[in-house]
Amino acid sequence: MSEQILNLTLQVWRQKDAQDKGRFETYQANNISTEMSFLEMLDVVNEDLIHKGLEPITMDHDCREGICGTCGMVINGRPHGPRERTTTCQLHMRSFKDGDTITIEPFRARAFPVIKDLMVDRSAFERIIAAGGYISAPTGSAQDANALPIPKTCADLAMDAAACIGCGACVAACPNASAMLFLSAKVSQLGLLPQGQPERLTRVRDMIAQLDAEHFGTCTNFAECEAVCPKSVKLEHIARMNRDFFKSGILHRPPHTSAGGV
Amino acid sequence: MELKSNIPDGQIDKKWDKHKFDMRLVNPANKRKYKVIVVGSGLAGASAAASMAELGYRVECFCYQDSPRRAHSIAAQGGVNAAKNYHNDGDSIFRLFYDTVKGGDFRAREANVYRLAQVSNDIIDQCVAQGVPFAREYGGLLDNRSFGGAQVSRTFYARGQTGQQLLLGAYQALARQVGLGTVKMYPRHEMQELIVIDGVAKGIVVRDMVTGEITAQMADAILLATGGYGNVMYLATYAKGCNGTAAWRAYKKGAAFANPCFTQIHPTCIPVTGDHQSKLTLMSESLRNDGRIWVPLQKDDCKKAPGDIPESDRDYYLERKYPSFGNLAPRDISSRAAKQVCDDGRGVGSTGLGVYLDFADAINRLGASKVDEKYGNLFEMYERITGEDPYKVPMRIFPATHYTMGGLWVDYNLMSTIPGLFVLGEANFSDHGANRLGASALMQGLADGYFVAPYTVGNYLAGIKPNSTPSTDTHEAKDAVRTANDRISQLLGINGKETPTEFHRNLGKIMWEYCGMARNEAGLKKALSLIPELRARFWENLRIPGTGSEVNQSLEMAGRISDFLELSELMCLDALERRESCGGHFREEWQTDEGEAQRDDTNFCHVAAWEFTGLGNRPNRHVEPLHFENVHLATRSYK
Repeated sequence: MSEQILNLTLQVWRQKDAQDKGRFETYQANNISTEMSFLEMLDVVNEDLIHKGLEPITMDHDCREGICGTCGMVINGRPHGPRERTTTCQLHMRSFKDGDTITIEPFRARAFPVIKDLMVDRSAFERIIAAGGYISAPTGSAQDANALPIPKTCADLAMDAAACIGCGACVAACPNASAMLFLSAKVSQLGLLPQGQPERLTRVRDMIAQLDAEHFGTCTNFAECEAVCPKSVKLEHIARMNRDFFKSGILHRPPHTSAGGV
Repeated sequence: MELKSNIPDGQIDKKWDKHKFDMRLVNPANKRKYKVIVVGSGLAGASAAASMAELGYRVECFCYQDSPRRAHSIAAQGGVNAAKNYHNDGDSIFRLFYDTVKGGDFRAREANVYRLAQVSNDIIDQCVAQGVPFAREYGGLLDNRSFGGAQVSRTFYARGQTGQQLLLGAYQALARQVGLGTVKMYPRHEMQELIVIDGVAKGIVVRDMVTGEITAQMADAILLATGGYGNVMYLATYAKGCNGTAAWRAYKKGAAFANPCFTQIHPTCIPVTGDHQSKLTLMSESLRNDGRIWVPLQKDDCKKAPGDIPESDRDYYLERKYPSFGNLAPRDISSRAAKQVCDDGRGVGSTGLGVYLDFADAINRLGASKVDEKYGNLFEMYERITGEDPYKVPMRIFPATHYTMGGLWVDYNLMSTIPGLFVLGEANFSDHGANRLGASALMQGLADGYFVAPYTVGNYLAGIKPNSTPSTDTHEAKDAVRTANDRISQLLGINGKETPTEFHRNLGKIMWEYCGMARNEAGLKKALSLIPELRARFWENLRIPGTGSEVNQSLEMAGRISDFLELSELMCLDALERRESCGGHFREEWQTDEGEAQRDDTNFCHVAAWEFTGLGNRPNRHVEPLHFENVHLATRSYK
C-alpha cells in the first residue's frame, strides 16, 4: 500500500491530575505518514511539544503490538478508534484522511479515575482478579500435563476467553461503565476447563462481589463492549457467567460443607 | 572479584537433585520472618513472587507497568519448550540440553542448561494446572510444534499468544497471593538504586511514577527479574518501556555484567518503514514451520510483484544452504543469511531491506482455514501494521533486535556477585550462551521463577538471622535515596534543546551500525568514540519538560536512556575484546569461507564478566572458563 502524507487537527483531552477539571486542547499534526501507527503520530506531536517547551501528552502504552493491553484511548468517540479488533497501538494512520479532525479522550468510567491526560487508573481490574480470577495450584503441586485430557473444543473456547488483554475498552464503551465482559472472560475461561471446577462457584461470587465494590455499573446487554473489544471476546461469556452466578446463588455452600459435591 | 560458579559436584544428571538435598531449609514458621523483594513481574518475576509467597515468605513485587500482567513476556508468541517427548519423536532431557548448548554455540554453562531441561517438564504441568489453555489435539492431549534449532517437536503453544497465556497463569498465581495478603504489589514503580550494606544487597530505591516520591525499600534478599536490554538499539521488538536500568545500577554497585555483547537479532520481524518508526514487531518463529523464506535469484527482479517471479527465479536460500534444518535454522544463522542476501542487493520492499516469508505452499497444502487456525492472529497483526494481506501477498520480514543473552553474572544458585542479589530470567546471562533457541526464553523465565529461585533463595536466607531486615534509617539507604534524587534533579536541570527520544534514536543508529548483526574492530572502535560524545551531549543538551513530582514520561525515558548510554559502551567493549565469532556475536574477521561464525575455543571458551571500576574508568574483564564434559565442543552445523 503506497504511503501518503496527512495533515490533521487533533482535539486532545488534557488534565493535569485527578483533581484537575480537564479540557480539550487543539494541536496540528502535520506531515503524518499513513505508515505510522496512531501512537507514532502522537509521538510526533509530543516531540514537537517538547521542542516548544510544553508538556507532552501523557498516555499509557508499552508493547505497541496489541497484546499487553496498556494503551487505550477514546478516538472519535470509540475506544481504540475506528478499526474493529484493533488496539490503539495497532491502529495505523491509513485509517484516516488528509484534513481530518480527530478527538482523543481517556477511557471514561467512575471506576477508572484519570491520572493525567489520557492515562487512567485501572487497578480495579487487579482487585477483581485477586478476588478469585485464578485456579489455586501452588507451584509444584501439579500432576502430569497429559493426565488430564481436555476436549479440543473446550480448550479452544477457553482460549477465546483467555485472549482478553485487560485493556478496559469494554468498560469505556459501556453506557453503564460495566466490566462484565472483562470479568466474564476470566470466569468463562476457568469454568470451561476441568481444572477450574472446584472453585467455579465461589470464583464467580467472589469476583462479582469485588466488581460491585469497585463502582462499575451493571450489565444491561447493550453489547457495546463486544463491538469494541480488540480481541473479539464475545457476549456469550457473559451469558455463561450469568448461568454460573445464578447456579452459585442456589447451590453455593460455605466451603466447608461443599466438599462432597454441590 | 572472584567468579565462583558454585556448580555442584557429580554427574550432570544428578547435580540438581543432589544440590536440592544439600541446600539448607528455612523452618516453615520462620519463613514469614524474611522479606523478599522481586523487581519485575514478567514470567520470571511473577512466578518467583507467587512461589516465594506460597512458601510463606513476605514478598514485595515492583513493576513499572500499571499491572504485572503487562510485562513484556506477554508478547512472546510461538511457544515454550519442554522435553516431554509426548510425540515419541526421540526427545529427552538430554536432547533438549544438547540442543540448547549447541544452539548457544558452546558459550553457556552446562550445569545450568541441564537443570533448565530437567525442570522444563514441570513447567508444562504447572501451567496446565493453572488453567493455561495450551493447544490440544482432538483426543484432548497436548499438541506440539517445531521451533528453530531442533529436529523434534517439543514446543507447547497457545495459538500465537503463548507468552500471554503463560504470563496470565503466573499473574493469576501472583494475584491470588496479593488477595491473600502475602504479596504487596507496587505497580507504576521503577527501581532507581540497589542498596548494599556491608557488601550485601539489602534493599532498593524506587520512584513512584505517579507521585514522583522516592523511597527506600528494605529486604533480606532482592530478586531482579527485569528483562533484557535490547532497547539499547532503539528499534527492537521489546516493549517501549523495557530497559536496562535495574541491572545497570546493580552493576554500578558491584554486580558483574556477563557477555554484554551477546544480543539476539531475530530473523522474522516486520521491516522498518521510516524514521517515525518507534518499535519493531516480531512475526513468530513458529511461522517458519510452514512459511518458506526466499528472495529473487536476480537483483533485477526485486522490484517485481512477488507473484510475477516464477519458482525457477526464486532463491529459497535457507533450504538451499541448510537442507536438513531448512527454514528452521537457528535465529543467528537465519538472520545473518537474510543480511547476506540483502547486502547482495537481492532484498525486497521499498528499502531493499526485506525478504519474503511465503505461505502459498502451506495454503495450498493445508487450506486457508487450517493456516488461519495456526497463525490467524499473527496474520492479522501483520495486516494491521503493513496494510497487506499475507494470505495473498508473501510477508516481508527482516531481522531485528529481540533478546539479550548477556546479563548480570550469576552462579548456579542464580546469585550475582553481590550476596543477596539474585537475577532471574532474561536479566541474567546463564542459559543461552551466545544464541538463544526459539521457545527457550519462556522456559527459562518460568524455570528460574517457579523451580530454581524458591530453593536457592531459601538456601541463602537460611544463613541469615530471622527478623533482621535492616531499616531505612541506615546511612546506606539514605545515601541511595539521595543519589536517586540527585540524578533526577540533574536530569531536570539540564534545560537543553534535544528530546530524550532524539538521543535514544541516535544511540540506536550507532549500535545497529557497529554492534548489530556484524561487528568488526574498526566499527567497534568508532562506536567507542561516538558513544561517549553522545553521552556528553546528553548531559549538556537534554530537555525534559515538567517536574519530578508528577507523572513525567520524558523523565522516565531520560533515566533509562542515561543508562543505555553507558551500557552500550560496555557492549561494544565486550564485542571488541571477544576476538572470535560465536552465535549472535559475529566478528567479520572470524568467519569460515562459507561465511559462518568461527569460534576460537582455545582463547574464548569462557564467560566474560565485567566489573565496574568507577565512572570514566575502564572496567575489569574477569573470566569464568567453560567446561564441556557432556556435549563435546564442535563446529555447529545445521546443513
